[in-house]
Amino acid sequence: MAYDLVGKNFIPHDMVAKVTGAAKYSEDFQAEGMLHAKLLLSPMPHARVRSIDTSAAMKIKGVVAIITPDDVPQFPPPADPILYKEATFAGAPLLAVAAESEAIAAQAIEAIKVDLEQLKHVVDPLDSLYPGGNNAFTGGNVANVRLPLQTIKWTAQDFQGFDQGKMPMGKPAEEWKYGDLDEGFKKAKVVVERSFLTAGTSHHSMEPRSAMAYWQNGKVYLHGSLQSQSFGIPPLARLCGVKPEDMVFIAEFCGGGFGSKGNPYPIMAVPAHLSKKANGRPVMMRITREEEYLLGSGRAGFQGWVKMGFAENGRMTAMDLYCVQDNGPNMGFWDFRNCGHSAMVVFQPEAMRFRGMSVLTNTPPRGPQRGPGENQTSMALEPIIDEAAKMLGMDKLAIRRINAPDNDGFDFEGQHMGKFTSAYLKDALDKGAEVFNWDAKKKLSGQRNGNKVSGVGIGQAFHAAGSNGFDGLIRIMPDGKLYVHSGVGNLGTYSYASTARVAAEVLGYKWENVVVVNGRSDKHLPWMIGQFGSNTAYTATRTNYVAAQDAKNKLLEIAAQALGGAAGDYDLKGERVVSKADPSKSMSFADAAKKAVELGGKFSGKELPGDINPLTRASATALAGTGLMGVAKDTLAKRGMVPGLCAGFCHVEVDVETGDVEIKEYVGVADCGTVLHPDGLQSQMHGGAIMGFGLALTERIVYDHALGLPANVGFDQAKPPTYLDMPKIFKWAAAEKPDRDNPVGVKGVGEPIQGAAAAAVINAISDALGGHYFHRTPVVRDMIVNALNKRPQSYRPLQANTM
Amino acid sequence: MMIKDVIPGFELFKPKTVAEAVALVERYKKDAWKMAGGNDSIAWFKDRVKRPKQVIDLSGIAEMKGVKETPDGIEIGALATLTDIEKSPVIRKSYRLLSDAAGAVASPQIRNSGTVGGNVNQDARCWYYRAGLPCYRAGGTTCFSDTPEGQNREHAIFDAARCVAVTPSDLAPVMVALDAKMVIRHAKGERVVSAEEFFIGPRIDITKMTQVKDNELLVAIRIPKTFAGANFYFEKVTDRNAWDFPLVNVASALKTDAGGVVQECRVAVGGVACTPKRFAAVEDTVKGKKVDAALAKIAGEATGRGARPLNYNHFKVPLMANLVTRAVRDAKA
Repeated sequence: MAYDLVGKNFIPHDMVAKVTGAAKYSEDFQAEGMLHAKLLLSPMPHARVRSIDTSAAMKIKGVVAIITPDDVPQFPPPADPILYKEATFAGAPLLAVAAESEAIAAQAIEAIKVDLEQLKHVVDPLDSLYPGGNNAFTGGNVANVRLPLQTIKWTAQDFQGFDQGKMPMGKPAEEWKYGDLDEGFKKAKVVVERSFLTAGTSHHSMEPRSAMAYWQNGKVYLHGSLQSQSFGIPPLARLCGVKPEDMVFIAEFCGGGFGSKGNPYPIMAVPAHLSKKANGRPVMMRITREEEYLLGSGRAGFQGWVKMGFAENGRMTAMDLYCVQDNGPNMGFWDFRNCGHSAMVVFQPEAMRFRGMSVLTNTPPRGPQRGPGENQTSMALEPIIDEAAKMLGMDKLAIRRINAPDNDGFDFEGQHMGKFTSAYLKDALDKGAEVFNWDAKKKLSGQRNGNKVSGVGIGQAFHAAGSNGFDGLIRIMPDGKLYVHSGVGNLGTYSYASTARVAAEVLGYKWENVVVVNGRSDKHLPWMIGQFGSNTAYTATRTNYVAAQDAKNKLLEIAAQALGGAAGDYDLKGERVVSKADPSKSMSFADAAKKAVELGGKFSGKELPGDINPLTRASATALAGTGLMGVAKDTLAKRGMVPGLCAGFCHVEVDVETGDVEIKEYVGVADCGTVLHPDGLQSQMHGGAIMGFGLALTERIVYDHALGLPANVGFDQAKPPTYLDMPKIFKWAAAEKPDRDNPVGVKGVGEPIQGAAAAAVINAISDALGGHYFHRTPVVRDMIVNALNKRPQSYRPLQANTM
Repeated sequence: MMIKDVIPGFELFKPKTVAEAVALVERYKKDAWKMAGGNDSIAWFKDRVKRPKQVIDLSGIAEMKGVKETPDGIEIGALATLTDIEKSPVIRKSYRLLSDAAGAVASPQIRNSGTVGGNVNQDARCWYYRAGLPCYRAGGTTCFSDTPEGQNREHAIFDAARCVAVTPSDLAPVMVALDAKMVIRHAKGERVVSAEEFFIGPRIDITKMTQVKDNELLVAIRIPKTFAGANFYFEKVTDRNAWDFPLVNVASALKTDAGGVVQECRVAVGGVACTPKRFAAVEDTVKGKKVDAALAKIAGEATGRGARPLNYNHFKVPLMANLVTRAVRDAKA
């Protein structure tokens, strides 16, 4: 379908501010009388606070307020505390000081006496599951969202074969299955069974999670770094101890979150509580890079096992999958559930069982990171697909193609069979094979070029990429302009703007006459899901579409009232309502907006639909009477889950003397429906793949297991990829097949881009090494050197959080 | 941990001459911190791990800057930046080994501010030490890295002596390979030591990386003509291609006669011991012979003898062997 705006490039209005440095992030805000906060961090991985003596600190001139866990709201475990009474990781914030300067605050921290009772800690989930193993939290060792805190210990029998590298599999916390697993394996020609480990990784958000807050007239004003806007208000209000209507949240920009700032996080509330204790004086809490690594967030690691059966034609007849998630010490995120779900979506096994659990460790708190669970699963399972292809004598593309989901594919997430709104992974694979020239490139496998040997690989990944049921809110104002109120955040994809263009598209607006209203909750924004889960492109195109349709209907009605005839006699053209029969009969949108104000009622938002969210209702009520309002809840049809899918193709050269991996070429292809914003998609296709290269090659959380202390607390230690690690040939494409249940055919895709790239790189390395599979990520240089020299690896089998 | 942010206060001196600076280090000795580019210093201060009472900012001393030709070779001011060295025409022409190594350090931003003196004097990167733990090197009574659970992938495979940290410098092995002379000034005058003696291991002083004393200052580095225009090879192996310290690096300088027979040869390896490591077996293997792939392989494999890996770093043994093989085999003018 031909569009005027959808699918075209544009310059989002905040772009210039970002590239010139004019953009203000949380830490850039200053306020009259602002105090500075510093945190006291636990030096121990697991400890109980016996007592805190702040008397000496309070005597220091310039110290204004100190808060301890008793001053902040408490939440039942395993919810992440704001300040910790039981420190469950090294770096857990125990208290906070606000002072006239950072130097004074730091001096005060060192003057505070904290008496800690050291408790036993655990760094590796399997150590905690072993009989007699330590618990990371006094209340238990297993927990997650919707998985209550409990203690699970396996038996020594469960650990038989562990020393040889076999994943132990005792009682899981969750389990689901469909189909006849035994039958599936029975009819398989090839059955492969492997244990695997994927390392946890830090988020490396460029902007640390600094925040500034103050109180005015009973409301708390908070400048914070968050991916989301409206969706964050209720939880942030809860953290600050106020009602949502008393929460003003300002976050026009977000300097990277990658999932770790999708929802408000507890530390954000610290300046609000300090400010309260300081009679509302503004408090700036600047989070350091090291603190970002310690208490920011990380991706969960996996220890797992899988058994897959394949028919002669490569079709997966059965999959049995077990996943233990290293969850850090708190609530964490359901990566392990996404492990089972993504394996099911990408490979569509005829029968499948999934078992899994989320185990607590005294390592950084974990949260969702780009493709949480799905991308670890890609790295774990895609190499095994290559092994199976080899056993079957099949092409690596062909075995993926035969299993890849299409529109007839099925979805299952532990409850019931469902459908996809659309799935074009086969198309993505085909397009990737064409752009990469798979048939020619696969012949490079094993070819020597001096000290270097070539390998090629394919990766695939998935993430559910779209939601529904949220609200759109737009206004056509008497100045003739369109104001699109956006409740999504601004995490850096510009989708707050590209999705707003759908409202302009529906109404036939020129983009220069559109104002996107976003970034502050007091700008009266609609209820909208958070900017996470690759969903914004899908979800917000729908809400803006329905709001624009509502506005369109009102424009037509107003024209009919003003110029005679029926609404159906009119159309929209050139920002005017024009009679179909007599184009000389028309009225401008500006005049229609003035008329809407006169008419009131539904036209100007004085009467509102009954099904919109209370937050949207409050915003619309505040804006009522200012212009012609389009406001609606998205009740459009949606037949099932929205799969964002990606296929990646990679050529590497491995130096056999140094283990150096050079990514010579990478091609990623997205199944994201209609391309909404090509430049935006390109930056996702590149950025996501770059993060994937990091997952594949260098990034991991490392702990000294005896001390419970982290080794990687800086960019230089945690090693995200650099500009010089990029492939020289770096291409992308999209399947460009519209989604069936989005009004403009759009789906999200941000997350699977990373997993596809990571898996493609890993597979290409193994291909270069003549089929040596590590079943462990990242594939770090020393692992390659050891493999090339036929030396044993240094880590113990399935050992987590280690070098 | 408690808090690792905000630089504690100190008295700052900004001397304009070497004489002023030397007078300051003589007066304050171990209480004074010598700061050049500040890349290492500021990180230590900001973490509140190192808390000097006095900081002597050397960056304003003009006489310690620049690269100049001398009758015996070149003299590099200790404050010459890594970018100065990377871009210096004379170094690129005759001592390419040095410009190659300088260009491999960290990132352009760090090379612009980082100095050659700071690079060769930089402190160990052992993460336990950097975390502020009370290890031997920090004046404590234990090593946290050399334990059954120690995460010591980046650590030493040679010459452990209570401490197992390695030299992290990319220029250090080059200085040894080029037989550089380090010019050290003190209140009573000047002493010149060879690069090989300059870098010291924990047996000599576990709290220092070089033999520059508290009341002394490295002011210049002299590179003799010995290897001017010789065959060179530098390679740094890291996890990623920018802003990373070497897992292992290697620098070689080979002088050959018209027939390709090696007359002089020095090979130094970084990242495997606390100091750049030379191997007599390597140099003896190569000297007096024409290098071919087989000889280079023998030379490389000769490095492994005596290596004592820790739990996580035995990969350095073959990696070092291969790098030395390359440093002999692939050295070029």
